[in-house]
Formats: sequence, structure tokens, C-alpha cells
Amino acid sequence: MSAHESIIIPKKELPANIVKLGWALTVIGLVLVVLSYVTDAQRAGFNNIIGFTFLASVAVGAVFFIAIEYIAGAVWSTPFRRVLEFLGMLLVPVVLLAIPIFLNFHSLYHWSHADVVAADKVLQSKSPYLNEQFFAIRFVIYIVIWSLFYFIFRHNSLKQDKDNDQARTKKNIGLAAAFIPLLAISISLFSIDWLMSLEPHWFSTMFGVYYFTGSIVTALAVTTYFVVLLSERGYFFKGINENHYYSFGALLFGLLSFWAYIAFSQFMLIWYANLPEENFWFITRWQNGWEYVSVAIVLFHFWIPYFMLVSRPSKMKPRVLKQSAAILIAAHFLDMYWLVMPTYSASPVFSYYEIAFPILSIGLIIVVFAMQAKKYNLVPVGDPKLQRGIDFHL
Amino acid sequence: MEKKLYSISAIYSNPNDIIRAAAAVRDAGYKKFDIHTPYPIHGLDGAMGLKETKLGFVTLAAAIIGAAGMISFASWVAVVDYPQVIGGKPYWSWPAFVPVTYEIAVLLAVLGTVGAMIAFFFKFPNISHPLHDTPYMKKVSADKFGVSIQADDGKFNEKVVRELLKNTGGEVDAVYYSEEFLTFKPQMFDPKFIFLLVGIALATSAGGYLYWNKVLYLPPFDWMMQQPKVKPQTMSEFYADGFGMRLPVAGTVARGFIPYPYALGAKADSVGKFLVNPLLPTKAALDLGKKKFFTYCSPCHGNFGKGDSRMNGQFPNPPTLHSDKVRTWPDGAIFHTITVGQNVMPSYQYQISREERWAIVNYIRTLQRAYNAKESDLQ
Ligand code: HEC
Repeated sequence: MSAHESIIIPKKELPANIVKLGWALTVIGLVLVVLSYVTDAQRAGFNNIIGFTFLASVAVGAVFFIAIEYIAGAVWSTPFRRVLEFLGMLLVPVVLLAIPIFLNFHSLYHWSHADVVAADKVLQSKSPYLNEQFFAIRFVIYIVIWSLFYFIFRHNSLKQDKDNDQARTKKNIGLAAAFIPLLAISISLFSIDWLMSLEPHWFSTMFGVYYFTGSIVTALAVTTYFVVLLSERGYFFKGINENHYYSFGALLFGLLSFWAYIAFSQFMLIWYANLPEENFWFITRWQNGWEYVSVAIVLFHFWIPYFMLVSRPSKMKPRVLKQSAAILIAAHFLDMYWLVMPTYSASPVFSYYEIAFPILSIGLIIVVFAMQAKKYNLVPVGDPKLQRGIDFHL
Repeated sequence: MEKKLYSISAIYSNPNDIIRAAAAVRDAGYKKFDIHTPYPIHGLDGAMGLKETKLGFVTLAAAIIGAAGMISFASWVAVVDYPQVIGGKPYWSWPAFVPVTYEIAVLLAVLGTVGAMIAFFFKFPNISHPLHDTPYMKKVSADKFGVSIQADDGKFNEKVVRELLKNTGGEVDAVYYSEEFLTFKPQMFDPKFIFLLVGIALATSAGGYLYWNKVLYLPPFDWMMQQPKVKPQTMSEFYADGFGMRLPVAGTVARGFIPYPYALGAKADSVGKFLVNPLLPTKAALDLGKKKFFTYCSPCHGNFGKGDSRMNGQFPNPPTLHSDKVRTWPDGAIFHTITVGQNVMPSYQYQISREERWAIVNYIRTLQRAYNAKESDLQ
């Protein structure tokens, strides 16, 4: 197989039905979101946090994988890096989704009320960090860090399509090295700000890692889903084979196990020490029906995809990959729901409020991806590692 | 000794040729052949027609044994063998077993996989191979690629094989070996090998014993024991009275302990009236009483409470427990005697738990009845 034979990118625009589906979901989602905000702004606000943190997971997770691919010199994933580069564009809707949350801030974040803080010693001592101004400043900093690196990575990668300049890969490797520690700090603080502070008395030092691992699992699941879906319909290049699929499957399997490890560690340490200032958070999630949600997360975020992917042949099957990716995406929504909603309601609630943001998020993912795919190559044709990635063999 | 033909080999100078040669050998139907290359070549497995390895099943089995074994062991220790309340949690607190279960599963999976690989696939301890130290091996571990078709393959025919390898463009040669230096028999049970294993086991155990029981107690390795803390029976400069061991706060009662209200001076039969035996004379209670009576009372009072001590005059013989006095005592009086003692008989309240003391009382009652049976008992 010569180099020229294999790098054929036959189609560019996504299948019309997928694009249509994306737009339909986005529109339906938007209608439901507006309806939610009109009928019950507080409940809509909490759901907004779910949708917002979910999309942030996909966007930031995608940028993380771009950086990891550069810094690790990974080869097998190079042909698919564009998928990640497209998904990173979700940072734009992420910022948009933050706006309604800021507008409803007081009904969502308990610690933002001056009188509550004045009467609460614990919140008083946390207030140098937990105050609205600093919260907003931090959010801007996170977004700047993420988008800055994202746009430079992307710029270099897209430019390389035309000029084949290998120095651009070198540049991105250096940037990736700088980005990863910044990402580790920023995403941890981001999850502390937006999710952990919903329960401002509670703290867990593992929370940042918990959200981070959930995010990268989700970003990888979305990527896997797109890759399998598109390559089944003849996108990318000829010669995508079980070696590539296996790599997706193995990485997904490894990361979901890592998530389980972190989730269990966070639970076990709190359960073991059994300190009242920590354990109430889990107790809330183990009563009034929340226990079913908790068990569902353990099943859908870990055991079910774990057994689906555990054997070597199953990691190579496109169908299994797609199914387990879809389960993991849904499980991450459930996870965000489980993190956020117990603050809103003592027992699980489910209605159009809760489906509005998932529908919108999925719609946005498809639309953003489709818009990008229309403009740019689906494969980084100028990347020096591309041919090796296509010929990749386990 | 005469040399035997091991295989016909061929050397190639680039990886594409070896893949093509492997496919040709596979297609010709040979089973016993191998490829040697200086570095891993992708796609060779397929070209050689190798099946997926079965090693994964060993890993799976070992992991399942490890996980199941560890969770059962941890549960047994925590619930049956040494039940202890830790942090107010139930005995069977499974989340605490998860880390160790996981680790043992991984450990056994790894050891099982490596062990199976070495024993079954590498045929350890057979450490020599006809290809060792041949010009062929020298080349393929430097910059050449080689295939070697074994003479014991069912389809082997020297002329045909030479022809086949020549056609694939290889530089054909033959590998011979001498049986004097080489055996294909498994040497797992070779006495020399077993002896070596035993020797290693002994040396490791002895080293471990010395390290954990001796070396760690020598300075400077004993630093863990040199801590600025108050040890039992030592002085403390911190407290004004200089005692290192502190008395519990006044009124402290140990878990499950019910203080005994009567002192040594109290008369057995008068306080005995106020103590009620909580145990029914069930079989379980009598068995317990019998066991404890034999352990604690019989050395002085005799197996049947007749006062025939086994102490051979080293201790004043106690009176019989079948006297009218003791028989007419309330249960509580015997309980009181065991608890606080009587004259030369010491107190047993710290050796024998409350319940066990009542069980002994029940047992003594049975003994008394046996020696003074009523007419009706005999019917
Ligand atoms: C070290 C030997 C010794 C052991 C062990 C011992 N006793 Fe005694 N016991 C005596 C002696 C001696 C007396 C008589 C004390 C006295 O002079 O009043 C006695 C007295 C008694 C009496 C009162 C008898 C009476 O007529 O006043 C009872 C009841 C009794 N023991 C029960 C027990 C029981 C039950 C046990 C087992 C828990 C036990 N003893 C263990 C030595 C022992």
C-alpha cells in the first residue's frame, strides 16, 4: 500500500441525516430550555449546570487528548486528531451556556448570599475564595487558558494541512508540555467552583480528579462514537482497521477503569473516616431514591461498559465500541445529574427540565462538528505522523 | 556423538522478504517453524498463521481466583476468625475489602501469567535450544531475518523445504545439534532443579526470618521503636504525679462490663438472695459450665466437686460442694463465692466472665442433683 493510495479522504460533508438530526436536536433542546426557564428558573438553572459541565467535559477533554497525542508522540490516533480538534470548538457553546447560570446565580449557589455568609462561620472563612467576583475572574482565566491553547494547537494543525511544515508539530509538542499542568490545575478548580461549591460546606480533595477522569472518558467516548460512525460510512481513509479500533477500545477501557478507581477511592475514604462534615454528601445520595441513581452510575459508568470491553476481540468490534461509548456518554450526564441535583431536590426528579439540556448538548455536539467538518479536512493531511498512523499495527 | 538435523533455515535481509517467506511457509502447510527477527515486525503473526494466544485465559482464571480468594479470606477474618468493631462499622464492611481484593487479583493475574508463560510456553527450566550459538542465531539477532523449519514437522522433506526456501529468496542453511548437550524432555522435575528451588526457598525464608526478627531490632533499624511516646510501665514527665499510665476517668465502665456491687466481706448466702441467675439450664449453658468448671474449679474441687483436689496437698483441700450448706445456698451465693472468692479461694471475676460464672453455677447444680438424686429422677 503506497502512501498516496491510502490517504484518500473521499467525503467531507457529514451525511445529511446526521446534520439534520443535529439541528433538530439543537432546536428542540433550545425550545425546551426556554420553556424550562420560563416555568421554573431555579430548576432550569440547576439543569443548566448539568448541561454546561457536560459540554465542558467534552470540550476540555478533547483539548486534553490533542495535547496528550502531541506530547506522547502517539501515532495511531493521528488520523483521528481532527475529530478532537473539531470537538474543542465546543468551548464556544460552553461559554454561552455559562451566561444563564450567571444570571440566576443567587438561586443556585447558596454561598453567593451575603446574609447567609454573614451567619455562617465556615462560609466566612471560605469567602476569600468563594465570592462572586473571584468566581467570575477564575472562570475567565480557565476559558482563556483552554481556548488559547486550543486555538494555537488547532491553528498549527490546520495550517500544516497546506504547508506540510513539520516544525508545527514540534511547536505543538512544546505547547502541550506547558498546557498539561495548567489543564490539571484549571479543570480541578473549575469542578470545585461549579460543582463542589453547590454544597459549599462539603469538600473532597479528590473531586477535581473525579471530574477530570469523567471528562476524559466522555471526550474519548464522543470521539470514538464519531470515528466509528463515520468510518463505517466511508469517511476518514481506507484501511482503518481493528488495530485502530482496538486502540480506541483499550483506551476507553483503561480510562473507565481509572474513573472507577477514582470514584471508589473518593467514596471509600469518606465512608471509612465517617466524619460528619464529609459523609453527609454521600448520605444525601443514598436516600430518598438517590440510591438508585447512585447504583445506576456504578453500573453504567463502570460495570456494564467494563464487561462489554474487557475481552480483546470485543475492543475491536465497531458495534461494541459504539454501544459502550453511547452508554458512557449517557452515564456522564447521569453523573452530572447526580452531582448537581441533590442540592435542588431531596429525591430524584425527572421531567422536560432534565431532558432539555441533554438534547441541546447532543445537538450542539453534532452541529459544531458538522460545521467544522464542512470547512476543514477530516484528517490532518499534512501531519508527518499521518502515514504511520494509517499503517498502524498493534 | 553424531549430529542430528534440527532444522533447515533461511536468512533474508529485509523485513518484507521475511513476511513473504512466512506466508509461503504457512501456505505450504508447515506447522513447526519459527521466525527470528532482530526487532518486532508488525503483521508477522498473521503471515505465520499464528492463532490468538491462550495466555489470556490463564490471566483471567488467576485474577478470578485472586479476587474470590481474597474477598472470602477478608470476610472470614473480619466476620468469623477475628471479629472486631472498627469505626462503628459492621463486621462485614465490604468497601474496606475492595482495595486488597483488587490488588491480590492483579498480583495473582500477573504472577500467574508470567509463571504460565515461563513454565508452559518457554518450557523452563529447559534452557538450551538447538538454535543457540549457531551462526544463524548470530545473524538474526543482529541485522538479518530468518526462518527455521523444524525436521520433526510432519510434512518435512529436506529437499522440498530447501527448494521452498530458496524460491522465497533466502540464503538456505541447515542447523544440526548433538543430543549429548541437549534434551527436549521437560526438566521441571529434574532432581537438580528441584534441589535448586528448595535451596532458594530455604535461603529466602532464612533471610526473611533474620531480617524481620533480628535485623529490624538492631540500631539503627529500630528507629520505629524509638518514639517520644509514653510506653506502659514507664514514667512521664508530663504529669505532675509522674505516672505514665493514667487511670480512667472516675466512673468509666468498660464496654459490656457490669460492675459487681458486693465486696469480699459480704456473706455469700445473704447477698446471694439478691442475685438472680439469668441462664436457663439449657444444654448449651451446661456444656459451657462443664467446660469452665473443669478448667477453673476442678484442680481444687475435683472433677465432681467432692473436694478431692489434684493439688496433692500443696493447697488446703476445699470442702465438698455437695454439703447441705452449698446445696441449700441460693444460686447467687455460689456466684458470689466465685466472683469475690472465699478465705483462701481467690476471686475469679477477671478470669471468668459473668455469663460463664452463671453457667458454672448451673453445672454445679447438676452435679449436686446427680449425687443426691431424687427417687423420681431414677424412673
Ligand atoms: C485454688 C483452689 C480453688 C479453686 C481453683 C476453686 N476453689 Fe472453691 N474453694 C477453695 C477452697 C480452699 C475453699 C474453702 C475456702 C474456705 O476455707 O472457706 C473453696 C470454697 C468454695 C465454695 C464454698 C464452699 C463452702 O462450703 O463454703 C464454693 C461454692 C466454691 N469454692 C466454688 C468454686 C468454684 C465454682 C470454682 C471454679 C470457678 C472454685 N471454687 C475454684 C479452693 C478453690
